[in-house]
Amino acid sequence: MKLKLKIWRQRNSSDKGKFASYAVENVNPEMSMLECLDVLNETLIERGEEPVAFEHDCREGICGSCGFMINGVAHGPERATTVCQLTMRHFKDGQELVLEPWRARAFPPLKDLVVDRRSFDRIIEAGGYVSVSTGNAPDGNTIPIGKDTADHAMDAAACIGCGACVAACPNASSALFTGAKISHLGLLPQGQIEQDQRALNMVAQMNIEGFGNCTNIGECTGACPKEIPLEVIATMNRDYRRASSKSHKNHVRSVRPMTEWSNGSKLDIDPHATS
Amino acid sequence: MSASAIDLQQRAPNFWQSTNGKKIVMAVTGFILFLFLIGHLLGNLLVYAGPERFNSYAEFLHFDGTLLWIARSILIIAVVLHIIATVQLAVRNKKARPVGYSRKKAINSSYASRTMYWSGPIVLAFVIFHLLEFTAGTIHPGTVFIPGDVYHNVVTGFQVWWVSAWYIIALILLGFHLRHGLWSMFQSFGVPHSLPRERANKRWALVVAVILIAGYISIPISVLTGLLK
Ligand code: HEM
Ligand code: FES
Repeated sequence: MKLKLKIWRQRNSSDKGKFASYAVENVNPEMSMLECLDVLNETLIERGEEPVAFEHDCREGICGSCGFMINGVAHGPERATTVCQLTMRHFKDGQELVLEPWRARAFPPLKDLVVDRRSFDRIIEAGGYVSVSTGNAPDGNTIPIGKDTADHAMDAAACIGCGACVAACPNASSALFTGAKISHLGLLPQGQIEQDQRALNMVAQMNIEGFGNCTNIGECTGACPKEIPLEVIATMNRDYRRASSKSHKNHVRSVRPMTEWSNGSKLDIDPHATS
Repeated sequence: MSASAIDLQQRAPNFWQSTNGKKIVMAVTGFILFLFLIGHLLGNLLVYAGPERFNSYAEFLHFDGTLLWIARSILIIAVVLHIIATVQLAVRNKKARPVGYSRKKAINSSYASRTMYWSGPIVLAFVIFHLLEFTAGTIHPGTVFIPGDVYHNVVTGFQVWWVSAWYIIALILLGFHLRHGLWSMFQSFGVPHSLPRERANKRWALVVAVILIAGYISIPISVLTGLLK
């Protein structure tokens, strides 16, 4: 099959960027979207042009590296599917696909379809640790956890951090991501010890990063390749509300960006920083 | 590049500074306004019981000036907080995506939910008009405003077709606002729910919004059709 790809090309974060159209012939319907870009890149390299930059790693829908907008939908038209798992047979011969990077203030563009998603890493970092007793491995199932709870925690833990929720949200809010990260630890007894502090810190970090606010419209869960439910947002808000109403000794800790290579600022960088 | 984390505030936001805190305030104030809408509708429906009962109900609402102003203050504070949060969140949302998409498709959201920032301000304009027309009496197209004769004011007010039309349109938009708001407030306040519960909540929000708005709209329609005169 043949496809026309209209792809966002941007040399670096300070470039303005623009769309460029490419005709791709010989697209195998069994190829994934990323393999289709591989094919395009081969021809671009042969022609001596710059290949299209996109992020990828596992190509089996579990790492969360890949992702971009296809015709205005995050990860393309198939529900619960990352672009690396999206096969070309879902498109029509001769169709035009518009590929655009995630767009959000908290995801500064780096190159072509690649954006800097380290704001997500900082939200996770702000969450801190989970207390686990070291020593001998405990017997399996020593802490009984109801099936229902385990299922809910598992649903939240399925988040791969790809950023589609932010990309799909009209407000560029990261409520679904932060909610998933707060819930999957907080629902289980092992994670409940630090739950208050974790909710306060992660919510604070999410707010510092410049994401928008959640209006509960549900575009995020529709775009999510792991179908994380909106429930995690309610869980986050509950945990945040409860934690806010208690007095707490520890300060709310936020994580500053360590390096600023993605936005070219002259922020003082600690050369001895380890993370 | 301006789109970076550096020019954002680096200190941890407090409850009101956080988007989550503001949404909790919006949920609570929205809920207070929703309770008012129920009470207000029940009272208004007394218009069908005739001028005497309707006017004496209106008089009853004024039985104590202090209590009246306490109730009014609660509503005014709720409206003001609801709107301050709306405006601040809207400004933040605008900043959150400095470069827009060339194409963006909505795949999973209701029309009502995507138009909260339209339905809300139009409802505000409506509330102001409504207070000027029936509470203050400064705008009263059609006939003279008679303080105390609420029945007369309502019926003659709605006999002007464009007043009724404006009420009906604005109330339908309020219905849209409630269709999303009534379930969204549970999310924002933080009441976790399973997926089936979520669907049920959305259905309930729709049913309650339709009942409320049908009740309110019935009054201008009854006047226009001559049922109330
Ligand atoms: C009778 C009057 C009103 C009622 C009963 C009402 C009720 C509600 C409720 C229950 C919510 C959901 C809150 C949440 O998701 O946490 C909401 C959201 C909202 N309201 Fe109102 N509201 C009223 C008037 C207004 C007015 C006058 C404005 C605008 C100036 C407004 C603007 C909004 C906006 C923009 C949202 C969505 C905010 C967001 O999700 O971030 N509302 N309203
Ligand atoms: S490349 Fe790992 S999820 Fe797509």
